[in-house]
Amino acid sequence: MENSVAIELKNITKTFGKIVANRNVSLDVRRGEILSILGENGSGKTTLMNMIAGIYYPDSGEIYIDGKEVVIRSPKDAFGYGIGMIHQHFKLVDVFTAAENIILGLNEKRKYKLSDVARRVSEIASRYGFELDPMKKIYEMSVSEKQTVEIIKVLYRGADILILDEPTAVLTPQETSKLFAVLRRMREDGKSIVIITHKLHEVLSLSDRVSVLRKGEYICTVDTCDATVSSLTEAMVGKKITLNIDRCDPVDPTDRLIIKDLECINREGTKILDDVSFTARSGEILGIAGIAGSGQRELLEAIAGLQHVESGQISYIDPSTGAEENLRDKTPIQIRQLGVRLSFVPEDRLGMGLVGNMDIVDNMMLRSYRKGNSAFLRRKEPRDLANEIIKSLEVVTPGPNTPVRRLSGGNVQKVLVGREIASTPTVLMAAYPVRGLDINSSYLIYNLLNEQKKNGVAVIFVGEDLDVLIELSDRILVIGSGRVTGLVDARNTTKEEIGLLMTKTPEIEQSENEGGEGE
Amino acid sequence: MRSKTETKKAHEPLFHVVKRDELSGIKSILVRAIAILAAIVVSSLVVVIAEKVNPVGYFKSMFRGAFSTPTLFWSFLHEAALLLCVAIALTPAFKMRFWNIGGEGQVLVGGLASIACMFYLGGKVPNVLLWVLIIVSGLLAGAVWAVLPALCKAKWNTNETLFTLMMNYIAIQLVCFCLDTWVKSGSGVLEPMHGYGLPSVGNKWLLNILIILALTVFMFIYLRFSKHGYEISVVGESENTARYIGINVKKVIIRTVLISGMLCGLAGVLICGGINHTISTTAAKGRGFTAILVSWLAKFNPLYMMLTSILIVFFQVGAIQVKSDFNISDVADITTAIILFFIVGCEFFIRYKIVFKKHGHKEAVNND
Repeated sequence: MENSVAIELKNITKTFGKIVANRNVSLDVRRGEILSILGENGSGKTTLMNMIAGIYYPDSGEIYIDGKEVVIRSPKDAFGYGIGMIHQHFKLVDVFTAAENIILGLNEKRKYKLSDVARRVSEIASRYGFELDPMKKIYEMSVSEKQTVEIIKVLYRGADILILDEPTAVLTPQETSKLFAVLRRMREDGKSIVIITHKLHEVLSLSDRVSVLRKGEYICTVDTCDATVSSLTEAMVGKKITLNIDRCDPVDPTDRLIIKDLECINREGTKILDDVSFTARSGEILGIAGIAGSGQRELLEAIAGLQHVESGQISYIDPSTGAEENLRDKTPIQIRQLGVRLSFVPEDRLGMGLVGNMDIVDNMMLRSYRKGNSAFLRRKEPRDLANEIIKSLEVVTPGPNTPVRRLSGGNVQKVLVGREIASTPTVLMAAYPVRGLDINSSYLIYNLLNEQKKNGVAVIFVGEDLDVLIELSDRILVIGSGRVTGLVDARNTTKEEIGLLMTKTPEIEQSENEGGEGE
Repeated sequence: MRSKTETKKAHEPLFHVVKRDELSGIKSILVRAIAILAAIVVSSLVVVIAEKVNPVGYFKSMFRGAFSTPTLFWSFLHEAALLLCVAIALTPAFKMRFWNIGGEGQVLVGGLASIACMFYLGGKVPNVLLWVLIIVSGLLAGAVWAVLPALCKAKWNTNETLFTLMMNYIAIQLVCFCLDTWVKSGSGVLEPMHGYGLPSVGNKWLLNILIILALTVFMFIYLRFSKHGYEISVVGESENTARYIGINVKKVIIRTVLISGMLCGLAGVLICGGINHTISTTAAKGRGFTAILVSWLAKFNPLYMMLTSILIVFFQVGAIQVKSDFNISDVADITTAIILFFIVGCEFFIRYKIVFKKHGHKEAVNND
């Protein structure tokens, strides 16, 4: 490529305590290219980019911009060099408009005039093909619109090197392709784009070059045209692996959990679940798809007895007797006392499923510590269980007395899933069980879910990666804005079909317009 | 638009702060030892400059405060035990992240209740019954003082820090009111009612010390090995987890704060009913606040609190001795403050290290 080098990193090292986030990483970003930084979770992609954006300061190593050595101590310094980063978690003020957010913290010499700002924002938007109303308030926006605001905020500050951290994690397939079109237009305009990702198909369809990191170390940079899914996976994971999910047909599925007309209101008083009805069956994985925050969490928490239910029914069919039990308005303990073995792997592992500062043994006790009449704890059974899980799920830990917060994400999840499966559930609910996990751990979790399905457990799996949902589930329930927008057979569906259902608006639903042209 | 590429070349910052991995036991003790040494050096300087006193003599005098006579030594141990008692009382609440800073008030009302029993019932009922009443009423009073903020927190999610703090002032005023009512002369000083106090063993301090030691061991076991202790830890670490496994969070909060307040009340009973046999608004002597430091420095471990309470009381009685030996006042408090500052401040160096510029050495520096 004929383009000049914009940023060059030389031997960058960054450590957090004993953990080495980046070790001697050297790579370069050219002008007018899209570079992907590819790596598994925990491979140090975000840390590395944060050092360019001035969030962290490297322990050692140099950064060159246009060939000159620079020191970037703060995001302000980074903007001085034309570098802007769009973080995974948006940093916007909810009650401000897009334009207000964009100029927030910007010390412009000229007079503060919002209409002026709005005009310039619109200019930038139309140049690259964004759709954005500068006067719209953030809280009225969809996730994709918020992301647009973040990108324009960076462009407004004159950035010509843009770093996007996992920009597609929160987008539907349709929004993703829109974003990619915009990014390509920016590249034509001479800007450098760096996207941090672990999704291979995005790398292949979008970027010019791809740099791979593994465990904090730089592995290689290749031109995308020379790369394939398997070559990149190998570079990313470090060994050849075959990834397939073995989906068997459900054996003799019977209704296990029946949800009828469920309605829930969240803490802000808005309806988060509306008229949700479905059935989970034994020996089957029911996938739940939807844009993040569409009510998936509340749905699972309502079933687990953690979320207040306004109206509707939650009934459980006992597999041995066939009797129907009402689970609505029951606390988690009452549900247990009914003999319902309901296991729940919540989205927030260390904030809900486990206690980070407690060791593995004490975390094993969370569900069972009440057993017996003694006022004292019995740590023997939990210790045995901890050792068993460490052995069977290959948890990497110094021992069963290590606080779980010091384990890596994958191992934390193994501890949590291991505990939930250990109680031989009849219903297993898992919310985003592979979020933040490396490929090997992810497939281990998929296999565990599949095993439970073969044992006749009704598995409910909330996922974000549509490819995986389609591969793993038997049926997929799609949720949009707290309503069920579709129920599809996972064996005969496409990502596009689910993507459309995810964004189908309730208005269309209400008018019974089945055209499926949801925007 | 990009105009500032040619910004003046920024320099690398002189140092930056880096989080450490968990420090080994020996190293962390070393850091603390260095901190205490540094504290002694700095306070010596202050002593020399401000009062022109020989620092060796100064620190000798400090030791005399705790160790020179058997009476001083016993009283030193007893003071440490009382502080330990309040720290033990506050610990379960703190472990649950319920910031009970109302220890002072809870101690005071506990003491007030026991003195009230002595004042109204002394001589009218058998002494054994009186002792029981003194203890029970003290425990109840402390519990009530603590549980009010807890109930409001459970019911309306009020801020317990402010609430418990304000309860301290109510307790002080309550003591004032009672003294006004009881002391007819209007002097506000209640004569000690020595005949009606709690019994003693050996000397007048030993029983209190033994009770508090037993309490410490009990609290250690309660927090570490009981189901209640486990629930306290879970609620403190994450209320969401507690809900997830079906712990009744409100019940645990109220139960734990009841225990916390009761034990503070016990401290009041031991101070007023056991030793002083009278009460004043300053009977708690700030222990409700100092105990927070004791508990925190010991990382909420009751056994370590024995050490931290002795350390802090050592400086307190040392300062009193120094004041009388050298006829100085403020400098003694200043040196105590300096030493505490270093002890608390060194925690930063246990958790973080400072890395100097690229070409400099890369080791932690432990002097403030």
